[in-house]
Amino acid sequence: MKASYVWPSLLLMILVIYSVRMLPMVLLRRNITNRFIRSFLYYVPYVTLSVMTFPAIIRATDDIRCGFAALAAGLVTAWVFQDLFIVALSCCAAVLLTGFIF
Amino acid sequence: MKQKTEKTGSEWLRQGFRAGIPICLGYFAVAIALGINCRNAGMSALQSGVMSVFMLASAGEFAAVTLLSTGAGALEMIVTTIIVNLRYLLMGAALSQKVSSRERLIHRFGMSYCITDELFGLCASVEGKVSPWYAYGAAIIAAAGWTGGTVLGVVIGSVLPHFIVDALSVSLYGMFLAVIIPAARKTRAIALIVVISMAASLAMSEMPVLKDISSGFRIIILTIVIAGAAAIVRPVDEPDTESEVD
Repeated sequence: MKASYVWPSLLLMILVIYSVRMLPMVLLRRNITNRFIRSFLYYVPYVTLSVMTFPAIIRATDDIRCGFAALAAGLVTAWVFQDLFIVALSCCAAVLLTGFIF
Repeated sequence: MKQKTEKTGSEWLRQGFRAGIPICLGYFAVAIALGINCRNAGMSALQSGVMSVFMLASAGEFAAVTLLSTGAGALEMIVTTIIVNLRYLLMGAALSQKVSSRERLIHRFGMSYCITDELFGLCASVEGKVSPWYAYGAAIIAAAGWTGGTVLGVVIGSVLPHFIVDALSVSLYGMFLAVIIPAARKTRAIALIVVISMAASLAMSEMPVLKDISSGFRIIILTIVIAGAAAIVRPVDEPDTESEVD
């Protein structure tokens, strides 16, 4: 890839992604009192992350069964340990192990 | 200047460092998978590292690499970057409410950098208002892991056997689960929302016509519909509204 294409492109995307994060932080400086908007914002991350996780996780691997194993491992370890590193690693381990079996 | 009886900035910073360690490790593993993508797309270690330091986004960077490798134009880059990362806009709106109105404006610019799924989850889990220093501490550690992993992925990518790369590809989703499942365990409404969201996501990715909608748009549509419905059905009264004593 040409550097003359990559660098300006990166700069552009860096500026755009920062703006997406920064605009609400800077513009919404007062406490939002509207109960609906407060509730909406409270639920947003959980919906977004759920949608991003499933079904993408089962399709991420070559064998869909390994993906299911990763999902199961992730659900259990997230429920029990609640630790990001343990959960991420368990998902990988599940794919490795089932990959040898299937 | 500050007459808070609460924790000081350096205490918050140290606490942020500690909270950032598991995120750093999780990011490191995911970033290796990202780095391999960068390498396959023909990006150098420097380019990949710079991208990771400044974008600090999982799905956003995977999308960015795809854009670069397909030779996308500026408009497509702008639109895709906005759509794939639009959840950060919503998270930014949520986080804007967690910042004390006594903090200086510069901290709002600084904290904007710290909005990732996991760092946001961390800040959201702080009771009451969150100190910018807590966000900075966690973000510094997390960004180090993310960037280090990306560069390492570019460098060693070709050496790793395929089954390792395959296994690493799910680590990103493991991180997401680590944010949503503990919250679902604590709050029944969130548990229900997680189940509904996943079911709806599956349905939308399988059904004719609907499945042609890009995943970026799918995320936005479902987020607005489901979070909006949840806000109507089960509005929350968060106890963390700061009592502003002036």
